[in-house]
Amino acid sequence: MPKKVRIPTPLRKLTNNEELVEVNAATIGEAIIELQTRFPGIQERLVDEKGEVRRFVNVYVNEEDIRFLKNKQTPLKDGDEISIIPAIAGG
Amino acid sequence: MKEHDGFMKALKCRECGREYPLTATHVCEFDFGPLEVVYDYDRIKKSLTRAAIQSRPQTMWRYRELLPVVNDPTVGLQAGFTPLVKADRLAKKLGIRELWIKNDTVNYPTLSFKDRVVSVALSRARELGFDTVACASTGNLANSVAANAASAGMKSYVFIPSDLEQGKIVNSLIYGAHVISIKGHYDEVNRLCAEIAGKFNWAFVNVNMRPYYAEGSKSMAYEIVEQLGWRLPQHTVVPMASGSLLTKIQKGYQEFVKLGLVAESEAAIHGAQATGCSPISVAQKAGLDFFRPVKPDTIAKSLAIGTPADGFYALKAMKETNGAADDITDDEIRDAIKLLAETEGIFAETAGGVTVGVARKLIDSGKIPRDDSAVLCVTGNGLKTLDAVAGHVGKPCEIKPSLREFEALLAHEEKVNA
Repeated sequence: MPKKVRIPTPLRKLTNNEELVEVNAATIGEAIIELQTRFPGIQERLVDEKGEVRRFVNVYVNEEDIRFLKNKQTPLKDGDEISIIPAIAGG
Repeated sequence: MKEHDGFMKALKCRECGREYPLTATHVCEFDFGPLEVVYDYDRIKKSLTRAAIQSRPQTMWRYRELLPVVNDPTVGLQAGFTPLVKADRLAKKLGIRELWIKNDTVNYPTLSFKDRVVSVALSRARELGFDTVACASTGNLANSVAANAASAGMKSYVFIPSDLEQGKIVNSLIYGAHVISIKGHYDEVNRLCAEIAGKFNWAFVNVNMRPYYAEGSKSMAYEIVEQLGWRLPQHTVVPMASGSLLTKIQKGYQEFVKLGLVAESEAAIHGAQATGCSPISVAQKAGLDFFRPVKPDTIAKSLAIGTPADGFYALKAMKETNGAADDITDDEIRDAIKLLAETEGIFAETAGGVTVGVARKLIDSGKIPRDDSAVLCVTGNGLKTLDAVAGHVGKPCEIKPSLREFEALLAHEEKVNA
């Protein structure tokens, strides 16, 4: 069973408006590369020149922020749900 | 510059500078950086003079050229222009020459600084044609969205963490808002709202309306400058949750300097957090320009944001202004709430305790020199967070309606105090 990635509105232009896409990657880092091969241009939106996840991009695996897990090395298992969400202001 | 954009020019990404039209959108499509309103300062300079400001009603809208609405505001017309209180008794206790409290505990209509941002967000939401407003909130924002939406005849959905103070929950329900309580902390509420905002065509004040919403905070800076007699304070201490208020205080001071409304002078901006949720202050003290997200655990629930969206910019603003940050424990927060109440007669919520307590630390450590003058931003009312101090303020003395009992009580108290 593959893993599901929820695509946020600002990136849907790159995914032909697909909201939910499936990947087979074993880590977050690999998932980003897999997304890039299918949706060229998406990688540079998510990671900076140094290859780090951009500071205003939050990535969650099953609702847990990957910065509390292993960042790009966070392992993925079948059925995991990945969300990519812009940071938003408080209140 | 189009006439129908008022004094605004565009939305611009703070990270890469790409520009966007003035719609309900909040992040750069390229790098997810936050979008910010860009103004036409040359035009503003012609109409926003000290004399013009002073001729207008005493609300935050007296600075309307610098607030992001095209037409006259329609929501929250009475917000702002809260008292700037000269706090001599507290100054003595903290050991500083001059101290002021910017007292947003009495903001209108919901007793917190959020009335500033919400009046802007809802006025702009109406201009953009929305009839439903929403927010992710630690409480105060929810209260303000609920009340202002009610008065404007708009529908509202407010999303809060389920462990909020009872006072803040009732203060949203009373206005007829749809209150959705999420089993999780604020950062989880926030994440859910980002997803909901992508699906529903609502004006989410701190999601798709954020560029406009956040600008409302600048009014606190403008008022401080005007109320101090058109000067910048040497020090401003600001509570930090997402860090947005602190960055907007800096922007407000800078805009007034740019427009020639106030002379430029050193104005350090300091940030205050609770130790139980201190990602920004920990980073500042370590000299870092980035923070590590945390899971919040503090009584200062209105500041309990573990992944602060404006954390990077708050760190930058403190660095640029030679400001510092610090954080205090829950016990220190309660002590500071009591100190402010006992010296100045102002009952602040937990975030106000954080500001006062951190100011004390910054004065004791010399980061705010004792000979200087400081403004403390007290952003919310203590009546909303009674749970935080109940049980720590003693109990009333109960007697029968009898003069003898009262005299006995007094005699006993005198003995205890002797």
